[in-house]
Formats: sequence, structure tokens, C-alpha cells
Amino acid sequence: MTMKASTRQVDGVTIVDLSGRITLGEGSVILRDTIRDLLGKSQKKILLNLGDVSYIDSSGIGELVSAYTTVRNQGGDLRLLNLTKKVHDLLQITKLYTVFDVKDDETSAVKAFSTAG
Amino acid sequence: MRPYAGAGGNAAIATVNTTGKRVSYTMDSTLDSVNRTEELADKLAQESGFDEDDRQRIALAVREAAVNAVYHGNHYDPEKEITVTFESGESGLIVTVRDQGTGMVPDEVPDPLAPENLLRGSGRGVFLMRAFMDEVRFRIVDPGTEVTLVKRRGAATDHKEA
Repeated sequence: MTMKASTRQVDGVTIVDLSGRITLGEGSVILRDTIRDLLGKSQKKILLNLGDVSYIDSSGIGELVSAYTTVRNQGGDLRLLNLTKKVHDLLQITKLYTVFDVKDDETSAVKAFSTAG
Repeated sequence: MRPYAGAGGNAAIATVNTTGKRVSYTMDSTLDSVNRTEELADKLAQESGFDEDDRQRIALAVREAAVNAVYHGNHYDPEKEITVTFESGESGLIVTVRDQGTGMVPDEVPDPLAPENLLRGSGRGVFLMRAFMDEVRFRIVDPGTEVTLVKRRGAATDHKEA
């Protein structure tokens, strides 16, 4: 299953709904291009909804990290929403769970962007 | 994808009793080969009786080995191929992935868990192989690198951190 990404705006936060696999090749490229497009439009509060992401490999993990650092370096913020157990476990063993701000509720995740300043 | 036609004997060091099935494939250095290798690993792991969690771990580890072979080893060179061998038996599964690159030294890959490396965009493939399999061995061959991945049935290797 190839990856799909769609974006929507909620209270100044861009929510990117991702589905499919974030792996070397198409999935990683779609994520990279999506983040680049958002930053190009100065949409720097980004919430990646991974609820329908079935699979991530090391390339996909790397792409998530690159997205995080790219957005932060441009003064924005990137957070994660709705991790599946598989993705949660991968972030846990790679110690990235402590790097990303991870939420499982969209409303509170959106609200966290404004309270974080 | 073609059945392996090469000579050279069994390069894998059998640490589990795999008196059952042994199949080899040679494949082009493409992403399709990576995906196909992952699918085969999942299928063989299922046939070998591994549960859903272990199947996913095996498939991901084997995918990482295939990515290393196709991308880091062969650099997508259409003149180069990868050879993937699956040996399954009652006590487990052995997978070897061999490329035709210049040879990889895994010890030179920085520790992805070190604080200074946590935000690197790459370098987690070997770590995930080691986290999800019971044994991972690298061997420089001529030409290329061969990685052997071993998963024993019933071994408790959940999320060990290398």
C-alpha cells in the first residue's frame, strides 16, 4: 500500500493525515515533499496524524526525524498524533519517543501548539 | 527475480536446525526487490510458525538488510544483483542477504541511540536488524557483503537494545 498524505487546517495548525507505509522510496519522498510544501507556505505548526500508517522502516523513521529538525530549524513545531502500536514500539526502541511530542487526542494536540508558544 | 543459480555452497552459518525448506533468489538492485524480499520473509516466517509480532519484526529486519544491499551495497547499479536465501525449519529461520558492493563494516555505523546521533536522518537499519533478530552477522565477501539474520522460535528477543 503506497502512502497518501492530505492536509487540513484546525485553529492555525496544519494536520497532515498520513496513511499507508512510510518506507524508502515513495513514502519517504511524499512526506518530505509535503513538509517542504507546508514550510514554503509558512505553515509551521504541523501535526502528523499517523493513525493510518501501517508500517515504517528505518528510512521512514529517518524522514520523520528530518521533518522534525527541518521544521524546528525554521522556527516551527512538528508533533505526532495517533501512533499505532507498531510505530510506537519503533519510536520507543530508537529512543525517539522522548524526542517527539506525541499525542493521542487531536483536540489537545492542536491546543498544545498554542500553549507551547 | 530468479531462483539462485550460483555455486559456492552454503555461506550461512547454521545456528538453528533448518532441516526444512531452503530457497534462494537473485534479484535486481531495485526497490521492487526490497519489497519482494520483505514479502517473502513475511511469508516464510508465517509458514515457520512465528506469531504476528515476530513476523513483523522478521520482515522489517530482512527489509533493512535488503535496503542495505540494494542501496548502500549495490547503489541501485543495474549490473549488480542481490542474493537472498531463506532457510526455515522447526527451530527457526535463517535469512542471508548478499550484495555485490564494496563491502560494509557495520561497526563504523554510529550508535543511533547516542544522544548526539538521535536526530540523524539515517543509520538505524543495522540497529533495527539487531533489535529484532536473535543473531545478526556481517561477512565481507568477494565482492560485497553478506548479512546473516537468525530468528529462533521461542527465543525472547523482544525489543532488545543493541
